[in-house]
Amino acid sequence: MKHLVNTWFAEQLSEHGMYTNYLADHHPEQMPCLEIRFIDWEKAAETARRLEMRLVAVWAAEGGCHEQDEGMYVYMSFAHPEHRHALVRTLLGKTRREIPSISKHYIAASRMERHIQDMFGIVVTNIPDERRWIKHEHWPEDARPLLRTFARDTRMEQSEGEYPFVQSDSEGVYEIPVGPVHAGIIEPGQFRFLAVGEQILNMEQRLGFVHKGIEKSMQGRTAEQGVRLAARVSGDSTVGHAWAFAQACEYAADIRVSKRTSYLRGVLCERERMVNHIGDIGAICNDAAFSFMHNQCLRLREDMARQHARLFGHRLMMDTITPGGVTIDLSQQESSELIDDTRQLAAEVEHLRTIYADNPSIQERVIGSGSVSISDARDIGLLGYAGRASGDYPDERIEEAYPPYDDLDVNIPQGKLGDVATRVWVRFEEMADSARMIIQLLENLPEGDVLTQWHAPEAGVSGFSAIEAWRGEIACWLRFGENGVLDRYFVRDPSVINWLGLELAVREVPVPDFPLNNKSFNCSYSGNDV
Amino acid sequence: MSSASVQIIQAVMLLLFAPLAAGFISTCKARLQNRRGAGVLQPWRNLRKLFKKEVVMAHHASWVFRFTPYIVFTATLMAASVVPALLVDTPLSLTADVIALVALLALARFFLALAGMDIGTAFGGMGASREMTFSALAEPAMLMSIFVLSLSAHSTNLTTMITHTLNSPFALHPSLAFAMVAMVMIAVAENGRIPIDNPTTHLELTMIHEAMILEYSGRHLALLEWAAMVKLLLFSTLIVDLFMPWGMTAQADLTGVAIALGLWMVKVAGLLFVLAVFETSMAKLRLFEVPEYLSGAFVISFLGLLSYYMLEVGA
Repeated sequence: MKHLVNTWFAEQLSEHGMYTNYLADHHPEQMPCLEIRFIDWEKAAETARRLEMRLVAVWAAEGGCHEQDEGMYVYMSFAHPEHRHALVRTLLGKTRREIPSISKHYIAASRMERHIQDMFGIVVTNIPDERRWIKHEHWPEDARPLLRTFARDTRMEQSEGEYPFVQSDSEGVYEIPVGPVHAGIIEPGQFRFLAVGEQILNMEQRLGFVHKGIEKSMQGRTAEQGVRLAARVSGDSTVGHAWAFAQACEYAADIRVSKRTSYLRGVLCERERMVNHIGDIGAICNDAAFSFMHNQCLRLREDMARQHARLFGHRLMMDTITPGGVTIDLSQQESSELIDDTRQLAAEVEHLRTIYADNPSIQERVIGSGSVSISDARDIGLLGYAGRASGDYPDERIEEAYPPYDDLDVNIPQGKLGDVATRVWVRFEEMADSARMIIQLLENLPEGDVLTQWHAPEAGVSGFSAIEAWRGEIACWLRFGENGVLDRYFVRDPSVINWLGLELAVREVPVPDFPLNNKSFNCSYSGNDV
Repeated sequence: MSSASVQIIQAVMLLLFAPLAAGFISTCKARLQNRRGAGVLQPWRNLRKLFKKEVVMAHHASWVFRFTPYIVFTATLMAASVVPALLVDTPLSLTADVIALVALLALARFFLALAGMDIGTAFGGMGASREMTFSALAEPAMLMSIFVLSLSAHSTNLTTMITHTLNSPFALHPSLAFAMVAMVMIAVAENGRIPIDNPTTHLELTMIHEAMILEYSGRHLALLEWAAMVKLLLFSTLIVDLFMPWGMTAQADLTGVAIALGLWMVKVAGLLFVLAVFETSMAKLRLFEVPEYLSGAFVISFLGLLSYYMLEVGA
């Protein structure tokens, strides 16, 4: 089926007196890219905010081969629960690369704007926070790693600098720096607490320690090579990232994958959701010293990983998705085995859930800890389970309803309180729903090929996709250059937005409750830092 | 056998069995969580490993930091020697009473808290502040619960108290029940066990005891960990002594000591197993609820005191 061009946002913008130009070299049609005038940039964001759209991402890219000059473009994309995604871009001035900040309307834009500033040297005017973000102090001030003129193998000089953390000179306020190297086997990132006694006043995150330059090293790769890199943006959501990448490529190249492919992708993605929720619930309980749950969850998680290694050749299901299809297939017997496995798993999870729910001492810890209000959640645009726990329910499986979810009824658990207990509850509910969907997908698995022949689109074509991975929506935008290789890749992991939710959640929470809250969000460091 | 030699045997025994007791708890917990566990000997292996490792110390560490492991270990060992485990009247327990025991433990804690702050890291100070806040509540509650027993024995000397319990006819005293509940609660808190503190956590922000010793390494860390294990065994022995001393021998003869040893092991293992069951079935308390827990223990021991006067004096 061919989608109609989604003109809703363009109409809204023109109603507010903004001129828009629909870009024909961007796909898919249901998530159009509109070029607007530079002077309308902030107004467009304001309009989107008034239309109750949520900010998906802000990023920048130098012009592709369709653009005549070496201009610099800034993109932003919004999503509306009914009217789907819309991308907006504008061309920056040639001499002065400046863009007004939209953080006034969308607070989550701030870090992405800082990222643009760091990586492209674009000056974002009126930005509320002028500090560097991903580019650390030991990088030279004038290094602009994502510009074309910056060679990938450039060796940068190390410079000295200090990151000005938020400070307080009030009496009795003390700082607790935690990280960047943590005691557990987790990723690096620094948390700076301002605390009075045992109460947190403010927690500030300093990320970027696992910046790997994925956006840069994607340039010059073919789609088949690129998907392997995209799968490694964040190892725990490898399926989600690979799917988002593959889908964006397929949209750009106008390839329709077979139904069997999309069903298998759905199975992989929902299994990933289950495996991560199980691990996290165990870890949340362990942070409250309830190690019984942790050990049971570890066992289930390990069982799943082994099952994945057997059926899909990799414990985390890495490299199972490729542009045009999937690299794995399930025989009749394997499929029924996976159905049994999932059914049994769901039953065990339900059993553990009763133990968790009936234990007053763990309930006592999770209930009421780290609440994020619905208005805060909407302001930030919290994604995935973090949003669902607070009363904001964006879910691409329903909003975009990409295959196979057009054949399924996705149930969204609707939390309201936004505390740790609700986030755990949402995860339990999601697991039950995932298990149901996996079984439904496998029982109705259509026959057919799992791989459509991949062919790169013509140069200059871009694609955009939004996939509901286990943490929430992964947005991916990419553009092809000459010879079928990628020219620019941008990915926004849900963590980029949800990290902000954690900062809000732990205000006025006792210091020792922080790990519990951190785990209940479990944002990816790697996905944020790319 | 002289009582002095039993005294030495007892102290060495507490020292050697302490890591085994810690291993016993973690094995019990592992089994209760459907795991195999690392075995009872694991704490011993850990200690051996730590003793072999080099000591890494901050440049600005003062003598307090350097000496604390030795002070803590010695004070805990002294405290452990005061508590009779097998023989009722050992030379040391006749010279030191319960208040001296609490004071020895307080000395160890004092230096631990100092060492936590000495390095100047946020975690050390945080751990020290938490430890001091809680011990200010735990120590009176512990003394109060022991005083319930002292009232009937008319002494704060452990030997006298044990002899009194052994010689008085077996009867259920409500005051003792109160005192025992309070004592167990305090023992859990003092040893940093769940639900107060989690000895196995790696999360610095939630730590109490571990936060203070976070900067220690090598043999210093080994001594501190060993001292913590000895302290756990000491408290178990103290509870056994005060509330169920039956089987302890008054004469230092071989059979008497052997029977006492067997019974002591059974009683302590029983207590530790109960602790393991509790730790498996519970999560940690919120930090702000720990004072409530400790004041609860104080109130319970106070009730024990009251019920002694109301129900048992003159009865």
